[in-house]
Amino acid sequence: MSDILDILLAANFWAAALRIATPLIFGVLGALICERAGVLNLGIEGIFTAGAMAGWMAAWLGAGLWGGVLVAALAGAAFGLLHAILTVPLGLSQHVSGIGVTLFATSLSYYTYRTALPDVSSPPRIEAFQPLDIPILSDLPFLGPALFQQTALTFLALALVVAVGFVLYRTPLGLAIRAVGDNPSAVEAQGLSVMALRMGTVVAGSALMALGGAFLTMSAFDAFFFGMVNGRGWICIALTVFASWRPGKALIGALLFGAFDAFQVRLQTEVGAFVPGQIFLMLPYILSIAALVVVARKADYPRALLKPYFKGQR
Amino acid sequence: MIRFEPREHVSPLRRVAAPVVAAIAALAVASLAIAAAGAPVLEAYGLMAKGAFGSAFAMSELLARATPLIFTGLAAAVAFRAKLWNIGGEGQLYAGALAAVAVGTGALALPGPLLIPTVILAGALAGGLLMLIPALLKVRLGADEVVTTLLLNFVVILFVQMMLEGPMKDPMGMGWPQSEPMLDEAMLPKLMDRMRVHAGLILALVAALGVHILLKRTVWGFETRAVGENPEAARHAGIPVTATFLRVALLSGGLAGLAGVGEVAGLKGYLTADLSPGFGYAGIVVAMLAGLSPVGVVVAALFIAGVFVGADSMSRAIGVSNYLADLVVATSLICVLVSGLFVRFKVRIVRPGTGRGTA
Repeated sequence: MSDILDILLAANFWAAALRIATPLIFGVLGALICERAGVLNLGIEGIFTAGAMAGWMAAWLGAGLWGGVLVAALAGAAFGLLHAILTVPLGLSQHVSGIGVTLFATSLSYYTYRTALPDVSSPPRIEAFQPLDIPILSDLPFLGPALFQQTALTFLALALVVAVGFVLYRTPLGLAIRAVGDNPSAVEAQGLSVMALRMGTVVAGSALMALGGAFLTMSAFDAFFFGMVNGRGWICIALTVFASWRPGKALIGALLFGAFDAFQVRLQTEVGAFVPGQIFLMLPYILSIAALVVVARKADYPRALLKPYFKGQR
Repeated sequence: MIRFEPREHVSPLRRVAAPVVAAIAALAVASLAIAAAGAPVLEAYGLMAKGAFGSAFAMSELLARATPLIFTGLAAAVAFRAKLWNIGGEGQLYAGALAAVAVGTGALALPGPLLIPTVILAGALAGGLLMLIPALLKVRLGADEVVTTLLLNFVVILFVQMMLEGPMKDPMGMGWPQSEPMLDEAMLPKLMDRMRVHAGLILALVAALGVHILLKRTVWGFETRAVGENPEAARHAGIPVTATFLRVALLSGGLAGLAGVGEVAGLKGYLTADLSPGFGYAGIVVAMLAGLSPVGVVVAALFIAGVFVGADSMSRAIGVSNYLADLVVATSLICVLVSGLFVRFKVRIVRPGTGRGTA
């Protein structure tokens, strides 16, 4: 029991929780705004992969770290545009289109990586983002190491929680995005374009998702590996429902998930001799399923989610 | 703007043309990727065709590769007919394979004529029961089955790894995480001497025919289609919607489980955690190319298998990455979605202001 307390009270535990949560914050924010506009984006898993590969490769080719982040966002936006075209003007099944985008983005990323680096035995590394050393704040006891020794991308993720929340709830654009996912014909009656709002939101949301991928190759690690996204995108889709499509709750959900994951890693070192490692590796997926199941009954899905809209339709 | 006008009558020719056009379009898109890799496009496709169809050996490889894809394609087609989004074919395949190994490596001392059906049944049951979990979570608790089936794929593969490193590890396996070999009596017979194509193919074709009859000619199939078209209307018409979902889940998971049985008991002879290169996900593409028709699944599975087998052989010859196959598969899914629109709708470009009756 005291061992568990020791783990929970250590600053590096919370630092790890925030680090694990960072890509999920990007991913859930992206998934959340897409769904708020009425479009489920199952392209997320592939968009994570594309962001991870494109960001890393741009940095490796000398675009600089922030250049890489920009390239990742653009790659995400491009795949988002594909999903948006298929699901908004063409009104195709959001489920199948999303799976298609995931398969396409993943295979294109792998093919590009393999073609650019045909025979490398160990993946080449870049100089990744380093933890920021903020004067005074980083030296605070406990809070310093937990909160203020993260890389710039973690701070970007936290800032985006505030930004997305502000846009969604405090601006006319946010009102329109929320309305277009609930009652698109009312939005059209206001003289706004349902198509433009939905497509724009899916493109922007996909760019956010890709940043989650970029964090993996440019901050958490310094190289690209096949299969490195490993279901994080799907976890984000579950966390989006858990967060009731709200940015603040998305942050809490991602942090809880990060804390749980960091905890199981530490627990593994304590009892790993008695319990097979795979049990611990399963926990994040089982936890995501549990998070979805717990809220599923009372989940307040955007009312027009999954429903294509055609102009002039009542 | 673009307007879609539903066709009153869809000609069968148009229905068949849609996936063919999509497949050609996907190969055209992939040719850009070959060119980008600096390889000669025509030669690459020539090598792919030769690798997939060019010899008896190639044909055997093609059919062996198509076998699991027919099963996972049927699994997706049946589920999607009822709009039950089973994306968990990959996990169900592994569950089927694990069950096949559990009963087929010596735990049961049965003669061959009894052991093989037991292995097949165990695999189907494992896949079906695995799919029952997300289906129950959907109908009882309202949890979205897309996410739960996707996440369960990861859980199942980890579970398989755990078993292969633990209780089911082959003590004679030189330390590799693999199961004990299947008993000879538990193995599906080969169809040709010194070739890998096995009786699983026959089983897959029978399954396709069975699913076809089930969907077209039985009350059960009618209920499945009715639930898929409109669950609310089906409920009002007195169709047991919940029971239909659960039956579809069992059948769909069972079919995916059979893909795992075929790979273990027909091809490999033992189980490793890298048994499937994504057959579960490719099955979704197969089903969509087939327009969710069970007979179409067989044809689509042959195409996708040809892409995989051909790309492997082309890759060995001129060094273009065999991820090209995954790229063709993904692109054909997107292309068939779009070409399907032209089957169901007349697509009209309407200039703003001149459109009739849009207000």
